[in-house]
Amino acid sequence: MSKRTIVPFGPQHPVLPEPIHLDLVLEDEKVVEAIPSIGFVHRGLEKLVEKKEFTEYVYVAERICGICSFMHGMGYCQAVENIMGIKIPERAEYLRTLWAELSRIHSHLLWLGLLADAFGFESLFMHCWKLREQILDVFESTTGGRVIFSVCKIGGVRKDIDQDTLKGIVAVIDKMQKELKELTDVFIEDYSVKHRLVGVGVLTKQEAHEVGAVGPMMRASGINQDMRKLGYAAYKYLDFEPVVENDGDCYARTLVRIREIYQSMDLIRQCAAKMPEGEIEEKFKGMPSGERFERLEQPRGEVIYYVKANGTKFLDRVRVRTPTFTNVPALLKILQGCDLADVPMMVLTIDPCISCTER
Amino acid sequence: MSVLRFSGYIIKNLFQKPATSMYPLKKQKCFDRTRGHISIDIDACVFCGMCSRKCPSGAIGVDRQVKQWDIERLKCIQCSCCVEVCPKKCLSMKNAYTAPSVGSVKDVFHARVPDNQPNS
Repeated sequence: MSKRTIVPFGPQHPVLPEPIHLDLVLEDEKVVEAIPSIGFVHRGLEKLVEKKEFTEYVYVAERICGICSFMHGMGYCQAVENIMGIKIPERAEYLRTLWAELSRIHSHLLWLGLLADAFGFESLFMHCWKLREQILDVFESTTGGRVIFSVCKIGGVRKDIDQDTLKGIVAVIDKMQKELKELTDVFIEDYSVKHRLVGVGVLTKQEAHEVGAVGPMMRASGINQDMRKLGYAAYKYLDFEPVVENDGDCYARTLVRIREIYQSMDLIRQCAAKMPEGEIEEKFKGMPSGERFERLEQPRGEVIYYVKANGTKFLDRVRVRTPTFTNVPALLKILQGCDLADVPMMVLTIDPCISCTER
Repeated sequence: MSVLRFSGYIIKNLFQKPATSMYPLKKQKCFDRTRGHISIDIDACVFCGMCSRKCPSGAIGVDRQVKQWDIERLKCIQCSCCVEVCPKKCLSMKNAYTAPSVGSVKDVFHARVPDNQPNS
């Protein structure tokens, strides 16, 4: 056995957008073990629920993450609505789904860009983010914010989208799909990209099941599970199948996310076609009392919201189990036995969102 | 030729203007719904303090005695919660951002002192 060395990776590292620290135990160039530590950006957002009224906490929940912010707000609202027995109008359900799917496109494009940057393909990175800008413009014109929307509220949504804007969104998506095809072809076919991704960081179906991987990480290993199939919001009215790949390597995870972008585009078209007219919010009275687990599919995987209310305007407890937190054991699993040079690639393919994880 | 896939972009980029603009020197493009900053019609305000109580970040201060309404621009998170709860609808969300600053900016508004003539 050769001599073991420990190499610290992070919290500041060129490929890491957010701080996570890994102690990599190396034998020559091979990683034999990785010891993670988090806690660099803890903000205490769960505790804030005791200080903010339950209607105001939506603004805090949205700020848990800067990328999937809308779905955090949506998860919290759904949990409280289910406790209070509020049935939100169908149009509000469709609008939430529309924004959620646009968020998924923007998150996956951001991730594709970061991945390209991690393997040193900078022009590809810039193209991904250039495309993403069109989605951010749609957000700004429909909600008023580029990443933090503040449109979700308990009982529905705060802003409506008129028919012309809806057509405009579909037109943007149609135009983008052509440009996206050019871009994703590079990810799928390019020799140098494949060289860095194929066969790297394989997580088998059994392993994915054992370590409890979620989201694209799990679906790339061949497990067919998508929380959108639970039928929350308007997903029960839409027609889609979870994207599944079987190889379980970095390339498969990239493919899953690429195919999910196209799937989201299709879902947006379905939403725009099926969206009924009507109210966008349901008025409610009273305070929530009871508890509820709510499961949602975020771009990174399954998020669980636990809300416990006590009949006053301040909730007892809100707990958020984010997808990155669940994917860290899967990351440690794939890091065992890999080359040191491949570590950044693997850390990125779980799509880490550390500020989500630490809340 | 997959190698030349991006060459079209290279030629395009050579003759294109920069994609970025010289903000804040050049005025930035805003949408109608862009949440830029909160503005107040101070004459319509009754200083009830509802906006201050509901503000999630505590950016708004209201003093009923001296009829003063103030907002800390950097504390404000542009959620437009105050606009919704305002009973007199004197608050509104404007689509331009406030000017960039390096320190805390507090904008203070005072109610106009009424003239002596009752019908003016």
